[in-house]
Amino acid sequence: MLSMTALQTALEMGAIYSLVALALFISFSILNIADLSTDGCYTLGFAVGATVTLAGHPFLALPAAMAAGACSGFVTAFLQTKLGVESILAGIIVNTGLYTVNLAVMGWSSNLSIVKADTLLTIAKGLSDSTFWKDWYTLIVLSAILLVMALFVTFFFRTRLGLSIRATGDNVDMVRASSINPAFTITVGLCISNALTGLAGCLVGLVQKSCDINLGTGMVTIALASLIIGETLFGRGSIGVRIFGVVVGSCIYRLIMAVALKLEVPTECFKLVAALIVAVAIASPQGRKLIAIQRQKFLARKGAKEKC
Amino acid sequence: MLNLSGISKTFNQGTPNEKKALTGLSLHLKPGDFATIVGSNGAGKSTLFNAIAGSFYVDSGRIELGGKDITFAPEYRRASQIGRLFQDPLKGTAPHMTIEENMSLAYLRTTKGKTGFFSRIGKKDRAFFQEQLSQLEMGLENRMGQPVGLLSGGQRQALTLLMATMVPPQLLLLDEHTAALDPATAEKVLEITKQVVAKHQITTLMVTHNMHQALDLGNRTLMMDAGHIVFDVQGEERDSLTVEDLLQKFHQGAGKELDNDRILLS
Repeated sequence: MLSMTALQTALEMGAIYSLVALALFISFSILNIADLSTDGCYTLGFAVGATVTLAGHPFLALPAAMAAGACSGFVTAFLQTKLGVESILAGIIVNTGLYTVNLAVMGWSSNLSIVKADTLLTIAKGLSDSTFWKDWYTLIVLSAILLVMALFVTFFFRTRLGLSIRATGDNVDMVRASSINPAFTITVGLCISNALTGLAGCLVGLVQKSCDINLGTGMVTIALASLIIGETLFGRGSIGVRIFGVVVGSCIYRLIMAVALKLEVPTECFKLVAALIVAVAIASPQGRKLIAIQRQKFLARKGAKEKC
Repeated sequence: MLNLSGISKTFNQGTPNEKKALTGLSLHLKPGDFATIVGSNGAGKSTLFNAIAGSFYVDSGRIELGGKDITFAPEYRRASQIGRLFQDPLKGTAPHMTIEENMSLAYLRTTKGKTGFFSRIGKKDRAFFQEQLSQLEMGLENRMGQPVGLLSGGQRQALTLLMATMVPPQLLLLDEHTAALDPATAEKVLEITKQVVAKHQITTLMVTHNMHQALDLGNRTLMMDAGHIVFDVQGEERDSLTVEDLLQKFHQGAGKELDNDRILLS
């Protein structure tokens, strides 16, 4: 049904979106905070990554984008832990502010192109001349980065600090009574989460080579959809399983979008398709419960009738 | 060990809802003291615990623990020296994390300083947890990979107690920690409490509504009313007291009958 190129693009984007989904996994699933600064942070990652690449430092682009994301996460965390701003509002405030910051980073222009610059990906492309490598290098590089990050997150959440962060989202009373400062764990969690979002923004810039200021719009919805598809399919098992679920969820989401593209859904409707997927994904566990209850009722009534 | 001198706390000061919760309360606990606290509704028992644990700062007075002034230490700092159990068994553990992860958290925080942020649980630690859990005799040692949310209230409370005392704290605060459990489980958790406290000689404060417990457990009984201690008994005098005597003493100290709708006389 899908051509090889379409599948390849879907997987590439899936790998990138996995990073954002992983970021939301940390803020939304683990810390129980809806971090709405994701959209702006994603664009920030692109803006910083592209600017650093254009300045002639293709390798520095990734850590720079991650650091920028972490700073944004720090501000969001600072607003909610120290200044008592409601967590959703803190995200919205930072998101609004980031719009101007992003324009500033991009040199007050609303789009930026890195077509002519040497990027991490063009350097990687030059590593080998085989046709296989030329066809697949983007996906391989992206998957490698994703793998490193997923392993890091899996490892991290088994350390003392990681366990503390997980407990903060699970039972904040317990955390306070366990000599852990919740303000600190929330800050660290949001910094890591937004660093991943920034990295994803940087990578999408490298792949698409040119992006504009609205790159991140709707990102939060897409990542949430991926996250929830993953959690619906893989349940709430161990951290490793859940992180794997997040990655698979992102790829499934991109495949659904690729099919929508194939079915010639007009591009103007894509946001609606995305919103529908999210709604269905979030509603599906509840829907399954409703069906189970109805079936139980039906069987009970049937049993009562037979007795009569 | 614990030294409270003249601590006071007023909530909603200057409003019609003003509530003087603690009024110049002083208390000195020697190392290894196990004191039970009884008192009327709203006498300030839980407020006293919140003040010691640092849920809020007191308006006046001084709080010292182990010779250190902790009057203005934040709650999470004090928590490394103070173990605390609430009446609600759900408060002390993280439901979506496994038994092992909950214990790791409790263990790693008490060994703070010796271990870094990125320290993890090793085989030796796991064996230690297993051995500790087996002492509860609840079969939890074979369920270490299960989320704590699947345990019963009594099991969760026993686990919380274990987590709070695995590395003995300087002070243990028990806020009616068996009140929400069924009688058999409550008995069991109480038995474990006695063992653990005796084994590590932990200085302990325990709020109870059971007058027999108040006299049987520990070595000292405190009665609270209107934000301060009205009666404090220990040693031989305490051994000879009956529940009736205790109620009488309260009447003398507070100038009124003990008024508590949850009190258990038998």
